[in-house]
Amino acid sequence: MNWLDQNILTLVTFIPAAGGVLLMLAPRRDREIRWFALLVSFIAFIASLHLPAHFHRDHAGFQFEQNVPWISSPNIHYHMGMDGISMWLVVLTTFLTPLCVLISWTSIHERVKEFFILLLVLESALLGVFVALDLFLFYFFWEATLIPMALLIGMFGHGRRVYAAVKFFLYTMIASVFMLAGILWLYAKTGSFDFVVLQNQIHSGGIPDFAGASFWLFLGFFIAFAVKVPLFPFHTWLPDAHVEAPTAGSVLLAGVLLKMGTYGMLRFNLGLFPEQARANAGWIGVLALIGIVYGALVAMVQPNMKKLIAYSSISHLGFVVLGIFSFTQAGLNGAMFIMLAHGVATGGLFMLAGILYERRHTYEISEFGGLATPMPAYARFFLVVVLASVGLPLLNGFIGEFLVLSGAFQAKMWWGIVGATGVIWSACYLLWMYQRVFFGQVKHDVKNSLPDLNLREKTALWPAVVMALAMGVAPMLWLNGIDPAVKNVLSPSTEKNISLAGEGARATQALASKVVGQ
Amino acid sequence: MTLAFQTMNAIPHGPDYVSILPEIVLSIFGLIIMMLDPVMDERRSQRTLGGVALIGGILAMAATIFQGHYLSHTGVASLAAFWNMVQIDAFSIFFHFVVAAVTILVILASYEYMEVQQIRAGEYYGLLLFGAVGMDLMSSAVELVLIFVALEISSIATYILAGFRRRSAISAESSVKYFLLGSFATSFFLYGVALMFGATGSTSISTIGEALSQFELGHGPMLAYVGVALMFVGLGFKVAAAPFHIWTPDVYEGAPSPVVAFMSTAPKAAVFAVLLRIMFQGHVPGRVWLIWVVAALSMTIGNIAALVQDNVKRLLAYSSIAHAGYLLVAFAVWPSADAKNGIAAAMFYTASYAVMNVGAFAVVGHFASQGERYVTIEDYAGLGKRSPVLAAVFTTFLLSLIGIPAFGGFFAKFYVFSAALQQNLVGLVIIGVINSAIAAYYYLRIIVVMYMREPREEIPVAPIPVGLGFALGLSLAATIYLGVLPNRVLEYASRSVELLR
Repeated sequence: MNWLDQNILTLVTFIPAAGGVLLMLAPRRDREIRWFALLVSFIAFIASLHLPAHFHRDHAGFQFEQNVPWISSPNIHYHMGMDGISMWLVVLTTFLTPLCVLISWTSIHERVKEFFILLLVLESALLGVFVALDLFLFYFFWEATLIPMALLIGMFGHGRRVYAAVKFFLYTMIASVFMLAGILWLYAKTGSFDFVVLQNQIHSGGIPDFAGASFWLFLGFFIAFAVKVPLFPFHTWLPDAHVEAPTAGSVLLAGVLLKMGTYGMLRFNLGLFPEQARANAGWIGVLALIGIVYGALVAMVQPNMKKLIAYSSISHLGFVVLGIFSFTQAGLNGAMFIMLAHGVATGGLFMLAGILYERRHTYEISEFGGLATPMPAYARFFLVVVLASVGLPLLNGFIGEFLVLSGAFQAKMWWGIVGATGVIWSACYLLWMYQRVFFGQVKHDVKNSLPDLNLREKTALWPAVVMALAMGVAPMLWLNGIDPAVKNVLSPSTEKNISLAGEGARATQALASKVVGQ
Repeated sequence: MTLAFQTMNAIPHGPDYVSILPEIVLSIFGLIIMMLDPVMDERRSQRTLGGVALIGGILAMAATIFQGHYLSHTGVASLAAFWNMVQIDAFSIFFHFVVAAVTILVILASYEYMEVQQIRAGEYYGLLLFGAVGMDLMSSAVELVLIFVALEISSIATYILAGFRRRSAISAESSVKYFLLGSFATSFFLYGVALMFGATGSTSISTIGEALSQFELGHGPMLAYVGVALMFVGLGFKVAAAPFHIWTPDVYEGAPSPVVAFMSTAPKAAVFAVLLRIMFQGHVPGRVWLIWVVAALSMTIGNIAALVQDNVKRLLAYSSIAHAGYLLVAFAVWPSADAKNGIAAAMFYTASYAVMNVGAFAVVGHFASQGERYVTIEDYAGLGKRSPVLAAVFTTFLLSLIGIPAFGGFFAKFYVFSAALQQNLVGLVIIGVINSAIAAYYYLRIIVVMYMREPREEIPVAPIPVGLGFALGLSLAATIYLGVLPNRVLEYASRSVELLR
């Protein structure tokens, strides 16, 4: 293994933070600071492309591993590594950050330096979450995402930003304490924080008292992740955070932060406590279904565009959780795919909402109407992204929902039936919103004078739109990396399940080829 | 005491003086300051005396390091001196180091503060150094009467320091209150020593340990229990553990901020050293449930009361009560084979709490400006905009106090809780963890106000002066160092615990 392969994860993770530190020392010259932030985030993106380029797709275990002892007591290692599950989340993060920089170019005009420092530090922390394989390191990055995000909301948000920032912080902080308790318990019993070591010990049954404690451990981790996702009924922080956050904050919040929760479920809840995960799948699936339907119904009646998108996130993330806890190859693949697709599509929606806010300083849907006339380019971008989010075939939203639903049908018939209604709901609220914003009467004259997208905004939107289409047309490019890792998550339970998983894999292949064939 | 008197005729020799070297250095510099003060011009004495005190602090730290080298050079684990009243080992050197570090930081932070507050400097720096003498002596004394004397040396210095803002009524109140309640508490300690002497016939901790180790744990003489309990009351007062904490908020509110920085960290470290020595080396019949209750009470009362404070100094006072509680969790691990993890954790905690709390109070002292006018949370509104550096530094200390990873406060809590978990003190850990979550709220409130509220223009923020800059820089570096590379400090602590046996 060459030097680059060994250190690439460290490089990708810390390039943004290093940029942030440099910015701290820089003089307050807003223009240069913006360009510098864009450059740094772009470099991070380019560096992260090394991962899919040199990733062994047939290999299920962790790759690009780096394992150095860091602190001897407690036994903490600097252990980084990734598999097909984390790889695309890393790339998604580095992909969205330059877009966030672009979209904040003019909307942030006060304390510009602080804003971009926070944004870059946040990116580093997010990347760290996805590649850390030491539970302690993971927890460190997990908590480290909180502070910059809360500050982004609180310092640069709108109206009730302080309330939203504090609520966000307290919700996630308090929930993650339960995870910390679980991590400490595991450490106290095994003397290790290492994910791989712990996984092996758990599977070989070498941990004393594990049987009695495993439910509580599972629950501790699960609560931390469920609040982050957010799963019904832990979702109330999300709409507030989204509505008040600045655009870039919303994009990263919806695009990446929420996926920390589902990633955590996939990696830790399923990876460390497979039996408990299966035993508890019933009620978790129900919560996910409630989330899907409830999120969609509440989204439908929102007068505020950003709040609508926020509730649609709750609904979409419900699909992800449903897919994960369906314990089928298709469901898990679909869950992973929705995570990525939702990141691109909802990230795009928030960017578009932000562009509108810059022009009119409101998110109220009733304030708009007939925008297609003065802003045709904007309307077209919006349409593509909305359709991607709705789940139109050939766009990225469809593949994931399709796979999750087929997984849900395999698991429990009625899960699939209820879940499938979510697809209809999402079409209702998104298309209805589109209609109210872009068609109909142009009531106020001011709307006629709204400028259409400029070059910078188009530059920020094109990648998202292209990606939505590419992921919809060629999902296998993504799925073939995800599939082995997902299989690996599913397999370590019993013989029977492995063979089932094998069938599932064939089914997935068949499904995917069908999808592509369309 | 009998042991000590038997050999009293011998003349102290070289190594004896090495064992109290930092104390000697500090005393000499304290005396120099007291002598220089009357002969110097009042206006210029400020900086000169501060400089002298700083040199004294640095030399005391050098002396501490020398002690460490002396031990490793001679190859002995511990050096008993002055008829077994003082003992130098890795354990006491650790606390000497903490006390010296705090003293240096506080002197640096006081450097400009004294001018702004228009306080005459002379005795101030002298008392700081004398206080440090007492604390150093506390951490190396292994004889209860000497511990009492050292405790008094440090206490009397801090009683006076607390009242140093002479023009302010609350400062005087603070001093008197601290003095009255403090002397009351030390008398408890003394009574405990007397009872212990009655129970075991000695005041030397190691002799007490030998006498009590004949009994099975928890079946010693009743008198010894009562003695320990009384000593615990006296020491609990000094560390502001609930239910002996009533004085803390008033005293911290009234005393000058650098003094609060000093007395909320260094004496606490020293007292915890005493407590560790008495319990651990003295093989004292530990009543774990007593410590359990005190720890749980301190954490809960401290944090809940802090929630409703509007004055930052009072808030930090309640937070220090809570932190005493977290620290006591480590003591509840005793007695067991794993106690050494708990003790090492407690040592680490004192060190990291010292640096972050000194830093926090240094910021508060600077921001409060003349007459300590600006001390409410509302006053901090918009600090993030008006003085980004000060706000960022303060934020770091607050995050460390919350226990966010990458800062010293996190590992401190982490070590303490994991030591407690190894002993299956699950209930206490749960109380502790819930408390940490509650605590996050009030620390965050300050951060939120600093960054997310509109600034109040009428409050001026002076640029950070040099001395304070050094103090903040050093404590910041230490806080981050303990949070990123806690290895060396923790290893040193564990090793010193091994040797303690």
